[in-house]
Amino acid sequence: MAYSEKVIDHYNDPRNVGSFTKSDDQVGTGLVGAPECGDVMKLQIKVENEKIVDAKFKTFGCGSAIASSSLATEWVKGKTLDEALAIQNTEIVKELSLPPVKIHCSVLAEDAIKAAIQDYRKRQDASQESPAA
Amino acid sequence: MKLPIYLDYNATTPTDPRVVETMMPYFTQTYGNAASRNHQFGWEAEKAVEKARDLLGETIGGSGREIVLTSGATESNNLAILGVADFYKEKGRHIITSPIEHKAVIDPCQALEQRGYEVTFLDVDADGCISLEQLEKSIRSDTVLVSLMAGNNEIGTLSPLEEIGKITRKNGVLFHTDATQAVGKIPVDVERMNIDLLSCTAHKMYGPKGMGALYVRRKRPRVRLSPIMFGGGHERGMRSGTLNVPGIVGFAKALELCRDEMESEAERQTALRERLHKRLRAALDHIKLNGHPTQRLPNNLNVSFGYVEGESLIMGTSDIAVSSGSACTSASLEPSYVLRALGVGDDLAHSSIRFGIGRFTTEEEIDYTADKMIFAVKRLREMSPLYEMAQEGIDLSTVQWAHH
Repeated sequence: MAYSEKVIDHYNDPRNVGSFTKSDDQVGTGLVGAPECGDVMKLQIKVENEKIVDAKFKTFGCGSAIASSSLATEWVKGKTLDEALAIQNTEIVKELSLPPVKIHCSVLAEDAIKAAIQDYRKRQDASQESPAA
Repeated sequence: MKLPIYLDYNATTPTDPRVVETMMPYFTQTYGNAASRNHQFGWEAEKAVEKARDLLGETIGGSGREIVLTSGATESNNLAILGVADFYKEKGRHIITSPIEHKAVIDPCQALEQRGYEVTFLDVDADGCISLEQLEKSIRSDTVLVSLMAGNNEIGTLSPLEEIGKITRKNGVLFHTDATQAVGKIPVDVERMNIDLLSCTAHKMYGPKGMGALYVRRKRPRVRLSPIMFGGGHERGMRSGTLNVPGIVGFAKALELCRDEMESEAERQTALRERLHKRLRAALDHIKLNGHPTQRLPNNLNVSFGYVEGESLIMGTSDIAVSSGSACTSASLEPSYVLRALGVGDDLAHSSIRFGIGRFTTEEEIDYTADKMIFAVKRLREMSPLYEMAQEGIDLSTVQWAHH
């Protein structure tokens, strides 16, 4: 299968690979996919005042899955949480010129963003309800 | 060393220049139709075909008169299974095979199931071996055919053909083997192994594509089958269609070369296979060999690299041509059904790579491949959330995954 130039670029030079400390209150972690399906994405965001100041990812999956998550970290950086929630998988498909069989990679990336934000908000709510002693 | 490196010899092989040379005159000079009985063009073509046929038959322990020439192993497998099933339908409608056969065996068997036949798929163990005991127990009074492959195309595991042949002969059922990966690489003898039908193809042994053969035993017992293609009644009525004379001549030359070089080549390729395996294992943890450790094709190495997805690995080693059991590389979205049948988890099936070594593979290429694979696996593990979790001591089987 031929990959688009952008997919190859993200694969060869992935942006923002790495991890934040999960327990950090500023951090939200999204872990989506399953090993038996052939792709797992972990996307993490670091948030200050409702704004994503940094993002990191790790992905087990094909080149298109790696590229989708790499692109997702680039796109969420600098966005507010609400802006990031509005990112659609179709935009990723378009940017990376993903073929139909790879659309699920973009869906997974969108899910990862949403899961990370959800995790961040859940943890914020929890810490507000029971402030650290 | 020339890049890219071809390491997919289980998929196909380049045609050996010596084979091409042998074929050439049959395109432009000796171009007659082997079925033309009334002129010299036909006679010459027929002579070349008969000579090739004899070599094909005798090399596997039979005779030229037992060879039906086909378009490839897929056709041979279809003809053997559908042809025997139809011819012996009054005797019985039960067939025994295994779940790791090539699709060209499984699909015709399943087509027969749709037509009211019964098919028993034997169990395979973690190495891809069947149980002879289960085979014998599965034979019934209405069993007409046992079809088990000689060497597996994905994982390289060899079947104990001689032991299987003893059981089928004793029980009076026909034994078909898909020997596509085995003929030319390891000794195959239809007499010693009591094989009644055998499929093979030229393009896996440095011959041309589109050329295959089905061995059909003529005596003790005489095997009969119904044709699946009808027409001019070629190949004693079993396979109509004008013979591919250059292909047939090339097929015989290819097999002759494989036969003459078999012992030294098997030894050389096994050494290369082991060299590659050892190098990978020395540098990387979480590696799993798929298939039997020793009872395997000399040229096949199939390895799962834990926590790395196969397609991304192939992408990272793009100057090496290998094949992956991962879903994304094939037309289907499922990972390899062969690995699945062995009980390999889908996560490791997605991580598998098949290396196929061949006549033109060098030690230098193997070392380059090992280095490239090791580098790519390490890089991808750096960005693998699964490897990270495993390093943290998390048991991945206990994680609640969000399935898609």
